[in-house]
Order: sequence, then structure tokens, then C-alpha cells
Amino acid sequence: MQNPYLPYPVRIDAIDVATEDKSLKTFRFSFLDSEDEKKFNYKSGQFAELSIPGVGEIPIGIASSPTEKGFLTFTVFKTGKVTSYLHEMKSGDIMGIRGPLGNWYPWETLAGKNVLIVGGGFAFTTLRSSIKMMLAPENRSKFGAIDVVYGARSPGMLLYKEELTAWEKRDDINMHITVDATEDSTWAYHTGFVPALTETAAPAASDDTYAIVCGPPVMIKFTLPVLEKLGYRHDHIIMSLENRMKCGIGMCGRCNIGTELVCKDGPVFTLADINLTPSEF
Amino acid sequence: MTILTIDKKCWEEGLDRARSAYTLVGPAPEAEALGFRELCATEYPVMDGSQTRLSPKSVVFPPSQVMMSCPLKEGDAKQNIYESVEIGTSPRAVVGIRPNDAKAIALLQLNFDTDEYKDPYVMAAFEACTFIGLAVSTPSATDFSISCGTGPFDESALDILLIDDNDRYLTTVITDKGAAWAAAAGFCTEAEDGAEGLIQAKKEAAESAITTTIAFNRIKEKTVLDLYNADHWEKTTFACLNCGACTYACPTCWCFDIQDEVHDGTSYRIRHWDSCMSSLFTLHGSGHNPRETSTQRIRQRFMHKLKYFQDKYDHGIMCVGCGRCIEQCPAGIDIRNICDTMNREGIRG
Repeated sequence: MQNPYLPYPVRIDAIDVATEDKSLKTFRFSFLDSEDEKKFNYKSGQFAELSIPGVGEIPIGIASSPTEKGFLTFTVFKTGKVTSYLHEMKSGDIMGIRGPLGNWYPWETLAGKNVLIVGGGFAFTTLRSSIKMMLAPENRSKFGAIDVVYGARSPGMLLYKEELTAWEKRDDINMHITVDATEDSTWAYHTGFVPALTETAAPAASDDTYAIVCGPPVMIKFTLPVLEKLGYRHDHIIMSLENRMKCGIGMCGRCNIGTELVCKDGPVFTLADINLTPSEF
Repeated sequence: MTILTIDKKCWEEGLDRARSAYTLVGPAPEAEALGFRELCATEYPVMDGSQTRLSPKSVVFPPSQVMMSCPLKEGDAKQNIYESVEIGTSPRAVVGIRPNDAKAIALLQLNFDTDEYKDPYVMAAFEACTFIGLAVSTPSATDFSISCGTGPFDESALDILLIDDNDRYLTTVITDKGAAWAAAAGFCTEAEDGAEGLIQAKKEAAESAITTTIAFNRIKEKTVLDLYNADHWEKTTFACLNCGACTYACPTCWCFDIQDEVHDGTSYRIRHWDSCMSSLFTLHGSGHNPRETSTQRIRQRFMHKLKYFQDKYDHGIMCVGCGRCIEQCPAGIDIRNICDTMNREGIRG
């Protein structure tokens, strides 16, 4: 019987500062035992517990794509005890990863459909995994049109800038990038908030179009009415929730919204599902 | 099913005989109260029928439990690589447990033994136990166990049921596990014809002594949101101090925290009981708290026990009617009243 609390040992292979304010870093990990990598079979939208012995664990969305082999990446915001410690760790350090945990964006349902991705701030991590996975040569034909609305406070706060630039140049994905405001005169993309850009950039609602929305609460609050106005049905609006977690496997009891456990039954829910639960997230 | 008779004069001798194969666990003094714990070689379980202050869930789910450890020392080949502590599987005889407390431990398995994940610590402890219950002859005024689907003579989660009969225990051997313990103890005298009728009469007497009931049939029919948004919560729970006494005393509360501790260069990952009454229980790293107020937190406790659990498992409510939370609540909150209100009202407006 596998012990679901026991992390796989991993090594930090690379650490990149992800934003200009240095509050986010992207960590690249490899498994010490290649057999563990085979067991860590994940899908875009899932998360894992990053485990630092002597410090604790934190649940973080997986930013790498299942199509990328040999490593896992996580982009982590420095905010509490564990993330602050992690930000001080170095390449070569050994720690643990436990997962993959939770459900994933409903790729089975999304096959053959148009996908609108709406992301904001540092919640873009599992969306990056999703885009990377959908754009992989073996997967791109499985989806219809792909539109991405992504916003951050300023150009320096956008994650994965090199990839955003590369995706901009492709004709099989429509990128709509925005920042709240900027004094950078060379800024070539949109300015303004994500909900407003979503209103003008989102593809028309249809039975064949789904929206995946992931971002800070204020972005979600103002984006959902826009999608409703555009005619998106609640069961076509897919969201990823966060709550405080410990076990990540549905046992410790703290992350529930009604009968649903965000760690095990989620973190991905449709708005139609969420509407039936208390909004305790 | 075999019915044995155990002369009380032979009781301790039998327990001692079984100790060679079983660690003895049972009700025993703990500080100023009656606890439920492992007994040393000279101790015997308190068999006067008193209810322990905290429930015996600690037998499978201890208040604090080291799950894994690893060295932190630079240069150690195992540095930062957690390994599970050895999980004990040697047999334990849990003697004198109340039938509804044993039922509660069975309900805990719904959380810890799932299709997707199995908690190896709880499961191993559960499997190692033989539950030798003591029927409740004199239920307390706060016992409402029958309406929770269990009762003073409930055999459903036991391996053996002992029934106090003056100078002897009538002993119903329910499972093979129970028979194995009885054999190890040398308890093998079959009861007289008519013992079954005597047990039945005692059972009826104990059940009729329980005068307090709850109903939750309508809670199942109502929606989560209707119950959650009902008007009564502020009024019915305003006195709650969020002290968490109810959650620690409760035999079915299973929430826990996981913390790392470092001692002498070794890191230990430890599971501790936690409580939904604490604001830290749900506090996000950002400072946002989805259950910020006292009322939100105690509403969660009752919604979990009386609604979410019913909906999720279709196994009744997450309560065995022991009455500990009623007796120990410093603010006088009574789950029977809350359940009644939820069952009766619960519709918004």
C-alpha cells in the first residue's frame, strides 16, 4: 500500500526569478528516482504538495505540461513560512514533492471544442501547463480555436514572457495580453483590466466553446458577469479554486465547500457546480 | 453467534492471559478524568460503565502522531528524504469500549479508507484492534444514540459485546476476531440456555431508558444552500466561543493538521487533531479567510455532521449520540436542538 503522505524525493535543478519584483520564482525539479517520475503521471490543472522537511508543505499548481518530460516546474509566490523558505533554497537542494493531486481541467469534455483561457496574475501557472499541452504537436488538432486573455499589473509582472512572445507569433492560438497600466512606451499589447478585454476579445459563446477562468478573486468577480453577458453557460465556465489545504487527499477536512473537497473533488469545478455550494473559498 | 459467560472473578486473570498476544487498551484514569488509553501490565480497564471524557477515537487516530522523519544534517545520504515511521500492527484488545464509540471508529474509516487513498496509519491501527465492547446498561440523560442508528447494545462495530450481569459478563462473540481474543483469554464457558432472552431483556431495558431523540430525515431532502443560508444560525449558535471542546471530545470528528518539528537535527512530520472552530483552520496565505466568523465556523461543524456527511456517504449522520459535546460545551450549545432546527426549519426566509 502506497503511503499517500510520503513525498517523492526531488532535486531543485533550476530557479528563475519570474517577475520584476522577485516575488515569484519558477522552480524546476527532477526526481531522484526515475521510477517516481513514472508514478507521477499528471494532467494539466492538477497540483502537488511541495514538501520541505523541517518547514512544511504547500499546495501549488503544476506549471509544467505533461508533454514536457524529465522535470516538473512550479511558479511560487513568496508569501508564508514555506514559500519564503523555498525562495531562499538553491539549485541542487533536495526536498520532496507529493502528488499529483486533485482533478484537472476536463480535457475529455474539451476535446474538439474551442477553448477560451482567461487568466490573471500569478494564477497563470496551470493555464501555462494547459496551453503548452494543447499546443504540443500531438495535441493541437484535438482542440478547436484557442484564445488566451492574460493580464498582470505591469509588463514586469507577466509570467513566462518568452513563451508569451513565442505564442504571439503562432497562428494557431490567439493571444490577448494586457497590463493594468504601464509607462513603457514600447509596450505593444493591451492596457486595461482582464474583464474588459475579455468582453471584446472572447469568442462568441456556443455549445462548442468553453472558458477556463483562473485568477485573483477580483478578476473572477468581474469576469464572470462578462462571460454571462456573452452567453457562456455556467456549465461551460470552468474554474480552479484555492483553499487552505494540508493533506491534499481529502482527509484533513479543511478545504471543503459544502460536500466538495477542493483538494480531491477539485480544484477544478464548473460555475454550475460552484453555484450549488456555499461560497466558502 | 456464541454466548459465553465470564465470571468476574476470572476476568482479570483472563485479561492477563490474553496480554501475551494483545496489548490491552481501555478506559483508565487520565489526569482527573476517565481516559481511553493503553494499559500497563498492572492496570485493568475501568468497567463501571462510565463514559470517557474524550472518545476512544485516539486508539486509531491519536491526538498527535509522528508520520515520518528524516535527517537534516548536511552530507547525510538521507538528508531531507522523509521515510515513514514503522506502523505498528501488533494486535490490540480494546476492552470496555462503548458500542456507539466503536461505531464512531467504524465511521472514521469512511474518511480514511477511500477508493483513491488509504491512510496507512489509521487503517493499520484499525485492523490491529479487536473491539470488546461493554453494553451501556444505564444510559445518561444526554445519550441519544438510538436515533443516530446505533445504541447501548449495538453490535455492528464490535467483535465481542460484554453485558454486565451482576457477578458475571454475558458475552456475545460476534466475529472470528472476537473468538480469537476470547480463546487467548481462556474464556470458553458457554452461557446457559435462556441467556439470549436475558440479554434481550437487558437491551430493551437500556433502550427504553433513553428518552431523548433527534430526527434528521428532512435534512437529507433539503438542499445544502437552503440549510446553509437559513435564518437561525446567528440565533442558535451565538453563544459559541469556538473553543473546540466539542471537536476534541467528539468520537467522529476526524479533522487534522500536519506540522513539521525539528529535534536534534531530525525533522518529524506530525499529524495533530485540528478543529474547524479555529480561524487558522481555513486561513489562506493571502490573509483571506473563507470562514472568518465564529458563526461560519460552528455552522460548518453542524453542516458537516448533519448534512454534508449524509449526502456524501448515505450512511446516516456523522454523530453517534454520545452526548459528550452537550456535556462539555461551556456555552450550552446542544446538537440535538440544532439538528431539530435544521430538520424543522432550514428554509431561507
